[in-house]
Amino acid sequence: MPKIESPQSLERYREILKSEREKYRATVSVCGGTGCQAHGCEAVYRALEGELSARGMKESIELKLTGCHGFCEIGPLVVIRPQGIFYRQVKPEDVPLIVEKSVLGVEVVDELLYQLPDNGKRMVREEDIPFYGKQTRLLLKDNGSIDPRSIEDYIVQGGYAALAKALFEMDPDGIIDAVDRAGLRGRGGAGFPTARKWRACRAATARDGIKYVLCNADEGDPGAYMDRSLLEGNPHAVLEGMAIGAFAIGACEGYVYVRHEYPLAVINLHRAIEQARGLGLLGKNILGSGFDFDVNVSLGGGAFVCGESTALMASIEGRIGEPRVKHVHTAERGLYNRPTNLNNVETWANVPLIINMGSEQYAMVGTEKSKGTKIFSLVGKIRNTGLVEVPMGITLREIIYDIGGGIPDGGKFKAVQTGGPSGGCIPESLLDTPVDFDSLYEVGSMMGSGGMIVMDETTCMVDIARYFVDFLCGESCGKCVPCREGLKQMLYILEDIAGGRGTMEQLDLLKELAEVVRDTSLCGLGQTAANPVLSTIRYFEDEYVEHIVEGKCRAGVCKPLLTFLIDPEKCTGCLRCRKQCPVGAISGRKKEPHLIDQERCEKCGICLEVCEYGAVVRK
Amino acid sequence: MVRLVIDGQSVEAEEGWTVLEAARHYGVEIPTLCYAEGLSPYSACRLCTVEIISRGRSRLSASCSYPVQEGIEVRTNSQKVRRARKVIIELLLASCPNSRTLQCLASKYGVTRIRFRPEDRGCILCGLCVRMCKEQMQAGAIGFANRGTGREVAVPFHAKSEVCRECGACLYICPVCELPCPGPLQPGQLCNACLDSLQLEAFPCKE
Ligand SMILES: Cc1cc2nc3c(=O)[nH]c(=O)nc-3n(C[C@H](O)[C@H](O)[C@H](O)COP(=O)(O)O)c2cc1C
Ligand code: FES
Repeated sequence: MPKIESPQSLERYREILKSEREKYRATVSVCGGTGCQAHGCEAVYRALEGELSARGMKESIELKLTGCHGFCEIGPLVVIRPQGIFYRQVKPEDVPLIVEKSVLGVEVVDELLYQLPDNGKRMVREEDIPFYGKQTRLLLKDNGSIDPRSIEDYIVQGGYAALAKALFEMDPDGIIDAVDRAGLRGRGGAGFPTARKWRACRAATARDGIKYVLCNADEGDPGAYMDRSLLEGNPHAVLEGMAIGAFAIGACEGYVYVRHEYPLAVINLHRAIEQARGLGLLGKNILGSGFDFDVNVSLGGGAFVCGESTALMASIEGRIGEPRVKHVHTAERGLYNRPTNLNNVETWANVPLIINMGSEQYAMVGTEKSKGTKIFSLVGKIRNTGLVEVPMGITLREIIYDIGGGIPDGGKFKAVQTGGPSGGCIPESLLDTPVDFDSLYEVGSMMGSGGMIVMDETTCMVDIARYFVDFLCGESCGKCVPCREGLKQMLYILEDIAGGRGTMEQLDLLKELAEVVRDTSLCGLGQTAANPVLSTIRYFEDEYVEHIVEGKCRAGVCKPLLTFLIDPEKCTGCLRCRKQCPVGAISGRKKEPHLIDQERCEKCGICLEVCEYGAVVRK
Repeated sequence: MVRLVIDGQSVEAEEGWTVLEAARHYGVEIPTLCYAEGLSPYSACRLCTVEIISRGRSRLSASCSYPVQEGIEVRTNSQKVRRARKVIIELLLASCPNSRTLQCLASKYGVTRIRFRPEDRGCILCGLCVRMCKEQMQAGAIGFANRGTGREVAVPFHAKSEVCRECGACLYICPVCELPCPGPLQPGQLCNACLDSLQLEAFPCKE
């Protein structure tokens, strides 16, 4: 295929590709996202490949391995279009039946359909399932239908039309205005207005004419995989966004900074860049417009702090990924001291959408100050784990109960943590908070890049704060005193409280220290690192006090505060717990009530698990 | 010239000065540890934290790298600043309990107890030696290794670097490697000998 040299030839090419695909009667998409890979989707894909070719159907049925469909909990997922039949937990053995019934025939395989947990009703199509029905999938919609290895697939779905429009029908200021009117705010955490950032970088003078646009795909939050799924499943959308942004800003070179732990994202990205270059959609004289822009991939070591803008730039330059003070904005002096604009993966992916939909249409989704959608990775004590895309302004309750299906195993909701490791924990009483940048900030958390961890009554809030502070302690670069020393001392205090050694003075000190760390740290890591502590103290102070004053952990998590006792009334003297206790803390003869030596007990809880008579109690 | 207010005084500063430079020019004292004239600002100890009010918003910031801006108001001794400064001195003392410099800072700024768990590491990672070696001695024989609480000043591969000329500049500039405070101090204890003296600037035990 020669380079495409005008918007008209792009359209012609699109038409050709579309007509080539008319020969397919149906498309079978297998989700190839991270979650489904873990569930064994590759084997399902190979089985389908074998089955279709054995039946001589390769020419009439399109088979593809796509990006993440989102509902990772019940993978591997297979979707058959145009009928839109949605199968879950598909195993290679199911493949012949699927092909027989739903590809050759027009029936569905009942056993593989999704069942509503409440009444067992089976749902045929994706959109009938509440998990999907309540979402607004603007960015993720193509993830389930595009083969990320194929630029043709992206083009068939309308890909690169936004770039053509931007280059030929709009001027740079017009593009920035469009992004401004759309109200796009950065999806990487802080929610900074994207247009304002672009304008500053456009206005900055480059001494040698070189400016950069960067894409932040560091995604250091444990458990978050929004950016990963976008890059893996739809890399061209990100590249197209970057090219449009580069044209608006006047940049000629771009970098995607991606952690090396995302090998599939890296491979798909490299391939996408090669393909786009091949078609003249990246490189010199894009689409014959005279605009030159190319993208490089820079691999990061995976440090959380490298997601911070100045650390990220230092890391691309090959220096230690360490933040610096930012009194001179990176829009003026960033990468290699040249004007630089950094946006998150999801922010970039929104750009083609805005150009295609038009700002006004785009701005219809969301709230007054937070427009569009946001992708969250919904994890923790929640029935439907997965990737969800919701309109801004939806409430936490709707996400957790309507989309997420609530707490499994009859558990009771306790808190939801948004914003990644340095986000805050939001209690039940605030579940009707709308999910937008400003509301989340007001309740002491933040949007962050989209992690959402649901916790139930078995989670101890002191322990959670301890866990996040411990994580951040290890991720701090160690440069500035409040972050390095302050986090360490916060951790010691939290360990004391969780260990039953805490005092009320320490609780006050913890608050004071957390505030100083927040107010005086050098970069965003330290400035937000106190959030888990401050928010849990704000909403769950009674749990802290309980640990300190009563020596009690109501969630039963903080081991030193637990006591295991044997109820002599119920104990039958079966010896079971005595034999299983790893430290030999249980005494008592056969058929006589047993006793736990509290000095020796290590609170592992094995006795509680093995007792068949309910005689062991945890207090 | 840039006009700004420092502790209630209207002053003029040259474009490109930092708030710290402007304050010192007018004799306003701001404590520092990781700052040294002639070395690039590093802004890591945060001891020079001041309150800056700009367009109606107040925030704490490290004065050693904050460029003076028209119309800002700087407070070097507000309650917020004093609280942050004390906690920072306490944190530093917990990591270097016997440093005389830190003990004197404690007396001077009214830190009378260390509420944190002391852990003597003998280094506050201010980076003065690293910058001195690189920027003034053009050697670059030492640098930082590791991340987070494991961070340390080190020579590459833990062997004396070939570029080290043993000039001693790193020792000269180090704020914590002087002889430990002479008092009979346990880690976590404070000397506070000059706490009550009115001439706090005198630093009697430094002589
Ligand atoms: C410690 C730290 C980690 C960060 N990690 C990320 C990250 O993984 N991904 C990201 O997009 N932004 C991250 N950010 C935010 C970036 O600094 C930056 O604000 C963002 O990439 C800007 O893009 P946006 O305007 O599109 O949100 C991090 C910030 C801090 C302080
Ligand atoms: S002197 Fe300013 S941060 Fe150390």
